[in-house]
Amino acid sequence: MSADDGAEAANERTERNVKRFLFVNRKAPYGTIYALEALEVVLISAAFDQDVTLVFLDDGVCQLKKGQQTKETGMKNFSPTYRALEGYDIEKLYVEKESLEHRGLTADDLLVPVKVLTTEEIGALMDQQDIVISF
Amino acid sequence: MTAAVAVKGKDLEVDEEGYLVKLSDWSEDVGKAMAAEDGLVLTPNHWEVINFLREYYDEFQIAPAIRVLTKAIGKKLGPEKGSTKYLYELFPYGPAKQACRYAGLPKPTGCI
Repeated sequence: MSADDGAEAANERTERNVKRFLFVNRKAPYGTIYALEALEVVLISAAFDQDVTLVFLDDGVCQLKKGQQTKETGMKNFSPTYRALEGYDIEKLYVEKESLEHRGLTADDLLVPVKVLTTEEIGALMDQQDIVISF
Repeated sequence: MTAAVAVKGKDLEVDEEGYLVKLSDWSEDVGKAMAAEDGLVLTPNHWEVINFLREYYDEFQIAPAIRVLTKAIGKKLGPEKGSTKYLYELFPYGPAKQACRYAGLPKPTGCI
């Protein structure tokens, strides 16, 4: 997990006018618009060269589940877009261990490489951010 | 009245910015017709980018931002083509915006 990266890196961010954004994804991918909207905001923030981190917890872990079949819901399957994040230099993806376990999932069930953190570690990660936005 | 682009005698619906409403309406003729309206003739270099965008969309379900497009084109077609300058020469109205329109894709996310 990315520990606090020190004063030097913090100064550099200030000079470049970069803030640390953490987007917290807590909702199931379909049924509400939250997951899709969060993804759009994440893509836009990357276009402004911000330091972006994503956390998936609660039902939000399902957003990253492989093999989504959305045809019957009438909604577009936007899950392939998570695989585009790497190209936007968004590579800090974290998933809460407890949320995965409660849903019988492991990191292997997910579309993209993630780091699995405990609730406590996620709390520490949140502490390091300038801005935390929850969807 | 809704806007449309005329392709081979058929009117295909487009949105207020000229993007195709139904992705499945697309064919190369659509790209050609849209370019002709802009006074542009598409060359193989244009098609290289348009086809790249279609493949990208097929894989990721979004149209890439210009920065991402430039980087990905450089990787795939060589560094001399992976530059904003090269892409703007081909698509003077903004490569991501204009090329996506000819490719029948929605406007890139985050594009204003």
